[in-house]
Amino acid sequence: MSARRLDRGGSDIDRSRPLEFAFDGQKVDGFHGDTIASALLASNIRIVARSFKHHRPRGVWGAGVEEPNALVDVADLGRLTPNVRATVAPARPGLVARSVNASPTARADRYAFLDRFARFIPAGFYYKTFLWPNWRSYENRIRAMAGLGRVDPASVAGGRADQINAHCDLLVVGAGPAGLAAALQAGSAGASTILVDDGARPGGSLRHRAGVIDGAAAIDWAEAAVAELKRQGVEYLPSTTAFGVYDHNLVGLAQRRGEARPDTLWRVRARHVIVAAGAIERPLPFANNDLPGIMSADAALIYLRRYGVIVGERIVVATNNDSAYEVADALAEAGAAVTVIDSRANGRAGKLASDVRFGRRLTSARGRQVVEGAMLNDGATIAADCILVSGGWTPTVHLFCQARGKLAWRDELAAFAPAGPTSLLSVAGAAAGAISLADTLASGAKAAREFCGGAAPIPVSAGRENTLRIDPIWSSAERTDRVWIDYQSDVTAKDVELAARENFVSVEHLKRYTTLGMATDQGKTSNIGGLALMAEITGRQIAEVGTTTYRPPYAPTSFASLAGLRGGALMSPLKRLPLEAAHRARGAVFREYGGWLRPAYYGGGPGEPQIQEEARQARRSAAIFDASTLGKIEVVGPQAAEFVDFIYYNAMSTLRPGRCRYGLMLSESGIVFDDGVLARLGEDRFLVSCSSSHVGAVHARLEEWRQDRFDRKRLFIHNATSHLATVTVSGPRAKALLSELALRIDLDDSALPHMAVCDGDFQGGEMRVARVSFTGDRSYEISVPADRAEDLWMQLIELGKRFEAAVIGVEALMILRAEKGYIGIGKDTDGATMPHDLGMAGPRERRLDEYVGRRSLFTEEATRADRRQLVGLSVSAGEPPLATGAHGVEAVGSKQRSIGYVTSSYMSPTLGFPIALGLIERGASRRGEAVDIRHLGEMRRATIGAPCAFDLGGTRLNA
Amino acid sequence: MQLFPCPFCGPRDETEFHYGGEAGNVRPEGANVSADFWANYLWFRANPTGPSREIWMHMTCGEFFVMTRDASTHVVADSSPNSGREP
Repeated sequence: MSARRLDRGGSDIDRSRPLEFAFDGQKVDGFHGDTIASALLASNIRIVARSFKHHRPRGVWGAGVEEPNALVDVADLGRLTPNVRATVAPARPGLVARSVNASPTARADRYAFLDRFARFIPAGFYYKTFLWPNWRSYENRIRAMAGLGRVDPASVAGGRADQINAHCDLLVVGAGPAGLAAALQAGSAGASTILVDDGARPGGSLRHRAGVIDGAAAIDWAEAAVAELKRQGVEYLPSTTAFGVYDHNLVGLAQRRGEARPDTLWRVRARHVIVAAGAIERPLPFANNDLPGIMSADAALIYLRRYGVIVGERIVVATNNDSAYEVADALAEAGAAVTVIDSRANGRAGKLASDVRFGRRLTSARGRQVVEGAMLNDGATIAADCILVSGGWTPTVHLFCQARGKLAWRDELAAFAPAGPTSLLSVAGAAAGAISLADTLASGAKAAREFCGGAAPIPVSAGRENTLRIDPIWSSAERTDRVWIDYQSDVTAKDVELAARENFVSVEHLKRYTTLGMATDQGKTSNIGGLALMAEITGRQIAEVGTTTYRPPYAPTSFASLAGLRGGALMSPLKRLPLEAAHRARGAVFREYGGWLRPAYYGGGPGEPQIQEEARQARRSAAIFDASTLGKIEVVGPQAAEFVDFIYYNAMSTLRPGRCRYGLMLSESGIVFDDGVLARLGEDRFLVSCSSSHVGAVHARLEEWRQDRFDRKRLFIHNATSHLATVTVSGPRAKALLSELALRIDLDDSALPHMAVCDGDFQGGEMRVARVSFTGDRSYEISVPADRAEDLWMQLIELGKRFEAAVIGVEALMILRAEKGYIGIGKDTDGATMPHDLGMAGPRERRLDEYVGRRSLFTEEATRADRRQLVGLSVSAGEPPLATGAHGVEAVGSKQRSIGYVTSSYMSPTLGFPIALGLIERGASRRGEAVDIRHLGEMRRATIGAPCAFDLGGTRLNA
Repeated sequence: MQLFPCPFCGPRDETEFHYGGEAGNVRPEGANVSADFWANYLWFRANPTGPSREIWMHMTCGEFFVMTRDASTHVVADSSPNSGREP
């Protein structure tokens, strides 16, 4: 028996509420308020995990987020969370924790033998050794032996994670003495303030370090300060980690909710940030300094005072500074036999119930599985079940450095500390290098005053002030034994030395070559030790070596909280049709088309027979189709005609009011950007229709040109797409069907010829009819306000019964338009297609005025003879359709070269044979030639022809 | 995430904006625009490290404007409406 729970004490636990959970199959007792780690220590469970690479036994090192060793997978309330820090995660009744990288348990791990081969496995070993035939052939087996927790795909987060956006004047990170002093100052000045702390309860070091502030015990002062802050309206967020500072003071907070709820992500935009994140204790270098039972001295004090756990009976405290003496005194007072090994010649005097040896260092820890003793540099050995180390303090400067703050080396701290505040962020307390409580409180209050004023008195501390007087001890390059630098990545001093020998001397190279500081703890306890060693090896000062770049997140942050609601169907929400309910009532099968949820076909079933029947019937009698997704952008004003001329490849100002014209829009690089029909509704009024999936992009582009080169008071652009629903009636019986509908328009072809548009009246409301065809048959596009769409739709369906009209989905329409050789932008064109590749060379040859993309149509590239051009591709009747995406190929020596590809391919029910469109090199001049089409290794022959395969004369447009 | 000042709506998150290119890239027009000149307009940018005048669109209000910001420090110095071509 060594570590145990004391009968009394523990500010954070509630002894009236015992609980029980499981660790590696073993029952563990604890109290409400315990962390998993404090309960494991109270039960004297020393080996809690296995190391990443060598499977060394590891115990609890710290008591907070910096913990490198005690990682566990936690199953609780049906959810498995991997790689949880046992030092942070609360113990809950019924929770099941499992050590990481151990099989079956941390205590009896079957890969423990790996440690005996450790000297053959230095840094870079795997990548240097497993080269033949390639790394991939070994990767899976090696990764199975090395690693951390496991992910269970069957266990999903309980509900969606909340995300909260907040704004404030001041964000204070850390509710320790400096953070509380800062928040009190800001609260008194009336600044809107958020105080965030990663602990469940406020106070930081005040919860376990002795002190008196404003006449009260430190821990009581902290609790009272939070109560006062809440009264002032300060938002206090406990159990919340500020993990990243991003541009313009956006700070990411991860708020732990417990009860297996996913973490909440806060995005806080603060005018100013004060980082009072404290400091983290460092290990000391000696052989086997990773044995279970070796802990941070400060952590031992935390376990004693906050959880009532004494970490050993015979304790060696190894230190190079004053801060460990409070720990030694407290443990001695609690009943442990304590020996202090102080590397300095003159230590701190004071009331000491312990044996103190000045001018001595630890050379090694003894013990096989856990600590059994310590060996000193004077040859003495001391039996011990626990070694507490204090190698000095590293200010927590992560957020400051993420905000581009600059660090300076400070000898009196033996650490890097902020050189000064940035314009948006300042640092206070131990994070800024403060040592005494008085300085810590003052620096917090001062940082807040500099930002927002405030007249609250600075809290006054009483009693003996903390001192440090550090005498740094770094690992030495001469050592032949194993001294751990980075516990979590299993990096030893020898690995650092090897990196230096192989010339990876830059800190960034050192980090990547040895993985020093690259584990999930990001080297919070190890980086400085590694830098110091590299400095010694290369004969530089630590300040010259510098630090690696600090990047968010400060601590591991769950993907569920970052994703929030943006997952599944909400990842990219689909646009929905006003007629969706009506389509569902007809048994429509929905698919996504360019961000819209649209009917692919009706009636359910496998699809292909239904689609073929819809397309066949559309040619026989009539088709009713929901075309509401078609873009409808109005261009209005005295400059409208000039504008559409500039925007379109085709000259549009010659269009008469009441008429429509098909046209292309190009990008400035001459590539076809969109196509559609432009209607001139009046002298100064046009309606641009564009591809369904492209409306937003077209609208933005029209706005850009309007604002860039037109008079914005004489030209307006309005996107009316969602305002209007459009139903198309197409086919030889379309006119007969429509004449049954009371639209109060003259349907005679002299009044409403092909490519004409007119306004009518539907049930006393506005309505527009355009004779525009995407099927090649006589067609009427009827647009009404979206709230009238269902009435129109139901009337057309009812009338359609008499004409045997088909209700068709998108798939049938695709067949109809491909039969006619009508293109879909982005389907039958790609990022290199220019208008003359589509057989539309006229405007390029004739227009002399400016339009978007004009100059690009006359470059060397645009005039090449071997451009890919739109063609029709036919195969013999009886053969199946070509595969869309299949490449046309030609032989070059013994190899094949692509000369283009199939862009659209369907079985035509009306023609009775397959049809296809493609982009083929020199296609326009190769009509009648055969081409080899290759798909997944299979070769077929197709004949190049015109894109249009049906009704070549276009007589059906008026039939 | 950067905070951009829309001259019409005030400060908003950068996700509401769309980059429209470097400011001052004048479109060459006329019958004799050389290929090099045109390519320069289409593709070649100064891409400065430091102060940069840029066109941005605030997607929620639809306005294009000129913003001067430091491409290295991300400090925004100025944003002003795009005057367009007044008659």
